[in-house]
Amino acid sequence: MPAKDNDRLRRITFSEAIREATVQAMDGDDTVLALGLGVTDPKGVFGTTLGLKERFGEERAYDIPVSENAVTGICVGLAISGFRPILSHQRADFMLMSMDQIINNVAKWNYMFGGQDSVPLVIRTIVGRGWGQGPQHSQNFQAMFAQVPGLKVVSPTTPYQAKGLMAAAIEDPDPVIFVEHRWLHGQVGDVPEDNYSIPIGKAHIMHEGEDLTVVTSLDMAVEALKVAEKLESQKIDIEVVDLCTVKPLDEETILNSVRKTGRLLVIDSSWKDFGAASQVTALVAENGHDHLKGAIRRLGLPDIPSPSTPALSKEYYPRAKDICLIIEEMLGKKINMSVFEKAKLPHDVPDPFFKGPF
Amino acid sequence: MKKNDSPENQEWLRQLYSEMLRIRMIEEELVRRYSEQEMRCPVHFSIGQEAIAVGVCQTLRQEDSVLSGHRSHAHYLARGGDLKRMICELYGKAAGCSSGKGGSMHLIDRSVNFLGSTSIVAGTIPVAVGVAFANKLKKSSGTVVMFFGDAATEEGLFYESANFASLHKLPILFVCENNLYSVYSPLEVRQSSLRKNHLLAESLGIKARGGLDGNDVPAVYEAVQSAMDSIRSEVGPVFLEFNTYRWLEHCGPGYDNDIGYRTDEEFQKWKRKDPLEVLEKRIKVLSSGCEDFKETERKKFQSEVSEAISCAKEAPFPAEQTWSEGVYASKG
Repeated sequence: MPAKDNDRLRRITFSEAIREATVQAMDGDDTVLALGLGVTDPKGVFGTTLGLKERFGEERAYDIPVSENAVTGICVGLAISGFRPILSHQRADFMLMSMDQIINNVAKWNYMFGGQDSVPLVIRTIVGRGWGQGPQHSQNFQAMFAQVPGLKVVSPTTPYQAKGLMAAAIEDPDPVIFVEHRWLHGQVGDVPEDNYSIPIGKAHIMHEGEDLTVVTSLDMAVEALKVAEKLESQKIDIEVVDLCTVKPLDEETILNSVRKTGRLLVIDSSWKDFGAASQVTALVAENGHDHLKGAIRRLGLPDIPSPSTPALSKEYYPRAKDICLIIEEMLGKKINMSVFEKAKLPHDVPDPFFKGPF
Repeated sequence: MKKNDSPENQEWLRQLYSEMLRIRMIEEELVRRYSEQEMRCPVHFSIGQEAIAVGVCQTLRQEDSVLSGHRSHAHYLARGGDLKRMICELYGKAAGCSSGKGGSMHLIDRSVNFLGSTSIVAGTIPVAVGVAFANKLKKSSGTVVMFFGDAATEEGLFYESANFASLHKLPILFVCENNLYSVYSPLEVRQSSLRKNHLLAESLGIKARGGLDGNDVPAVYEAVQSAMDSIRSEVGPVFLEFNTYRWLEHCGPGYDNDIGYRTDEEFQKWKRKDPLEVLEKRIKVLSSGCEDFKETERKKFQSEVSEAISCAKEAPFPAEQTWSEGVYASKG
């Protein structure tokens, strides 16, 4: 259900929003189960699962053996038996152990048995960044999952979206890969207290503009929004489209925006090549070419694993200046970079409160 | 266990024989028909391995579920899966048990709690454990049987799933059908001669037995019945490993003893342990009239399978626009 206008809004963090959606779903539906490594431990998956065991009991909130592949298959068995499991992975990288079950069973169970048993399963996959997470604690595989028929892939940016999309993912009859970015967990935003859901497959226009469309998601959406707001004073009018869902892609919103602006920059929160940005680029190249005033540009992580040391990670993630340099080229306008204050924070933390260790 | 020569026991043995004969005759007919090239999917026959399927499924109650792997015809049929829908699936028809989208390796009949077979070695095992977990959470009395081959015990998934089942004391029976080969790879190149699969399971806290005769159907029944008693009394999972032999090639309708990965001598040794012949001998000792009984049953099954095959041949293919149905269950 959509959020009501008169709902009481509070400012809460993204992690609290995830936890609240989970609690409300478990309150409303006895078949919803929460499981995953650390779900019942004192840290509760970055606070997102704290108190679930105390509130719902040991029969509905589980810690698990370190057996990602089997537990994913076990979730299929639960799902075809009438349960709605939410499986959490503290890092997307750990989830690779379960690619067999995700691709061969989770994604296909409904199809390969002629549509008899759907698999309502939410797999939360948390993407790390910064504080030296390094090659195996920072990977975002959104595009790999999106390539597989049968999976949906959502990627909320704000606490409001996190709560609404989590509710939608739990209600959904199909498996949903729920991409959470570690840097967004501490973001604060207005969130209605009551239960609500946001439709999967709808992009969100974060900032309206006429000159250039930026299509992006997750941490890069936050960065792009910062740029768009700063450029207002320079009469540069950027439209920022936050995908919110990688698959099914909201083609209509993307194409409508490009029809309006004629220029497209796609910023991928994961690797630039062969990824979600490439898919958006292909979509517009195939279906929106007539509206383009110039070449589509992409920005994203280089074709390099994420290095751990701050000395090498500094330039790894695109930042406002990288985005501005491309916008300058695309619009043929000089941007006054002095509007971007010199960063007060080190580059490898999302906010002043982030002290690691992971 | 009915060990005596009572009429009740004789009737029961005949029933077991009849079940196995039916599966054998269905598969033999599919073997004959396969060269017509109308069944256009890989087919893994169970001929020679029927005793395990029948012995296990005879112990089951309505609320018990069964899942299996790629070689699952016998399991599906022994559980009472619909024959016509299975054959339609092999022929790729709309009326197939998976609407033609799965083929021989994806059988399902929810009406008898045959919840599915899948084609990745060990891939179904965790799903079966999940169903058992669901049964426990729902406080249902249903148990789960998971059929798999010897190679599945080499996958990490088997270990992970068995550990989870043991940890949560789930009502599941792991049935390992050890037929000595994974495709053409013999046990010797895959498992140490010192390894005992049932001890592997036992080390995880699972009651387990290995080296069981998988071609002697009353013996299979007896072992499984005792396992099911234990599972139903909520003690936790049980693992049973049965020795058996696949007569035909790994995939397809032919014999392949000539290509060099196994010997004809080995095959003949196992053929002398044909589960049907083993049981027939026992029935003959106990009573007369076995030939007449066999003849009556043969006729019955011949007509059943002929009808199912004609039915499948005549059935319509799925309409082209159905190819995307079921990718997602949600609308829009």
